[in-house]
Amino acid sequence: MEKDFDKKALTDMYKDKFLAPENEKRQVAAPDGSIIEIDPLDDYFCQERPKELKPRKGAVEKFLNWARAESLWVLGFGTGCGSIEIPPLVTPRFDMYRYGVQMRPTPRQSNVFIISGYLSVKTLKRAIRSYEQMPSPKYIIALGSCTINGGMYWDSYNTINRLDHFMPVDVYIAGCMPRPEALLAGFGKLKELIKEGKGEKANEYARNFDWYKANQKKIIKDWNMPDFNW
Amino acid sequence: MKDFLKDIESRFQTTDTIQQKECLAFTTVDKSRAIAMVTWLKENAGYSSLILLTAVDWIEDGVFQLTYLLNNPENGNEIGIRVGIDREGATMESAHHLWENMMTYQRELKEMFGIDFPGSPRVDESFILEGWDDIPPYRRDFDTKKYSEETFFPRPGRKTNDPTQYMKSKLYPKD
Amino acid sequence: MDYSLTKFLWTLLGLFIVTNWGLLMSSTMRRIGARVAGRYGIPWYQPWIDLAKLYSLRSQITHGTMFYIGPVFRLMGGVGMFLFMPMIFGSALWSNYSFSGDLILILYFQFFGMLGMALGAGEGGQPYSAIGISRGLSQFTTIEVPMTLAVISLAIQYQTFSISDIVAAQQGGFMNWTVMTNPFATIAAMLSLLGAFGHSPFNLVKAPNEIPIGPPTEYHGTFLGVLRTNGAILHVAEAALFMNLFFGGATSWFELIIKTFLIYFWSVFVGTVFPRFRIEQSVVWFLKWPTILGIIAIIIYL
Repeated sequence: MEKDFDKKALTDMYKDKFLAPENEKRQVAAPDGSIIEIDPLDDYFCQERPKELKPRKGAVEKFLNWARAESLWVLGFGTGCGSIEIPPLVTPRFDMYRYGVQMRPTPRQSNVFIISGYLSVKTLKRAIRSYEQMPSPKYIIALGSCTINGGMYWDSYNTINRLDHFMPVDVYIAGCMPRPEALLAGFGKLKELIKEGKGEKANEYARNFDWYKANQKKIIKDWNMPDFNW
Repeated sequence: MKDFLKDIESRFQTTDTIQQKECLAFTTVDKSRAIAMVTWLKENAGYSSLILLTAVDWIEDGVFQLTYLLNNPENGNEIGIRVGIDREGATMESAHHLWENMMTYQRELKEMFGIDFPGSPRVDESFILEGWDDIPPYRRDFDTKKYSEETFFPRPGRKTNDPTQYMKSKLYPKD
Repeated sequence: MDYSLTKFLWTLLGLFIVTNWGLLMSSTMRRIGARVAGRYGIPWYQPWIDLAKLYSLRSQITHGTMFYIGPVFRLMGGVGMFLFMPMIFGSALWSNYSFSGDLILILYFQFFGMLGMALGAGEGGQPYSAIGISRGLSQFTTIEVPMTLAVISLAIQYQTFSISDIVAAQQGGFMNWTVMTNPFATIAAMLSLLGAFGHSPFNLVKAPNEIPIGPPTEYHGTFLGVLRTNGAILHVAEAALFMNLFFGGATSWFELIIKTFLIYFWSVFVGTVFPRFRIEQSVVWFLKWPTILGIIAIIIYL
């Protein structure tokens, strides 16, 4: 379903481009002496809006969903105090490798993004970019009550209250902080959702892209990154 | 430490000197003599290590109180130099030439309190609040709850209890 | 059926067996590593699931032509090594396309994938890949030094560059194996194998917790799937190369599986015991003892 919001602001929204000095259009002398014009925005960043990518049909999709559920690669990006709950998962006591959950160092290779605790506005900016670089289908686990309603930082000037206004969340794990067991249970829940074919939040993000972008731009005052960096 | 405090009192006309522990004292100095005093403490008295620079907003008196907390690695003494500066158009002399990390503290104070340190490197760049457009958030006239409710999409249905009343009703329901 | 067609199909079958054995071996070795650390580790079928997932990701981005070709080059390195390697001694069909000078070609293929990877990852534009490549190439160059010295020593010893002939010369009991007749070359090569397999002391290039995973930082989805498939093939092919050169080859698939497992296990064994070297340490290490041993091995047979 499509989320409704004030579309009046939409016209201005995509105007303010990523204009850090190093990304301005400029002329550069090539090694052979000729002058070439480079436009880093065109060269380095994607200019297309994200598209909805339809799942396959029938047994194939079922098998693929099973494979996706059993091979969850987590982006190694700790955003708040909750990231301290992730290292115990790798160690002998909890050992998440048993369940096919593995850590990956780069967003390009990961499927699951654990938003571990509060997100300050500065981190939100980085989190959005990382999320958008992950290949679809991708999932978000929101850890801790900070991601649900702000938690103990609900009246802070610098931390967001509701994560689902900025990124589509698959699984919430409540608590402050949830124990690693709770995180493992969250992985179990995520696996169930994916196997049922409900892990299509990346498509929801693409469908409601303008709504998410409007929310993100309301919070992030100096929007100095590309709008689409897929 | 006592003699030393007497010594700096005569040198820099410090006031309100409190010795909290054998090795820790706080003293207040006028804004015009503050950097001279910090420099003297660093160069001549062995207080070569900067622990922190912080500010307190005394909104009732209309001042920001800066505290330079210095440490003497030789005898372990610590001294805090308090400086009151006007809240209106708050500026302070920069001390980045004494310690390099002073620059980061000053950048943070500029962002969080709006205290300007002219000449300090990168002082105008944003530190953690990227693109902040309200009054600096650590000033006490900034209503952080109101700002959060207006900005961060609060989830409806959140309930807040006054801890005293709530624990009273829990522990002594009969009263 | 035409003989060449039969041979082609059998080679494909061999490639299939080798790929799956490589995947199984990698998961087994990761389980062994996990047991050493006191964990259970991944399920044995995890590599296949990972591959299925990687090949079926929906959104993939590209950075240009070389970005596509990089993993293909890397895969060609592994498949090329397999194609020209006699897998089973005495079987015409399982000897693949080995010929009289195949040892040199295989040494070339060992390096080939790395170069392709460098081109592809460079196109990705990620600065971390560039660092990973420079580290990987400098380490791999030094790995090649003792390896090449050992191979030259073998070539002088057996007066041939054909792997099949080298295997044939080692038949008739383990006292005829190169490991007994030319121990210096064997030790030099086995030490260089530690680097070639990229396990712990020498895994700085691709360790996930170093500068993000090195050259494949930007690779995802199918690209990464191709790289992983190649990793499985390459590991078995490389272990088979060492088996052929130093441990008497194999006369059946069963023998091949046992021997490649033990050769691979050697690098995992060292890997679980020793911590990681920095790149300048590993480069110096390879140029010290393994190289000296390789030179001694040549001098003995001159």
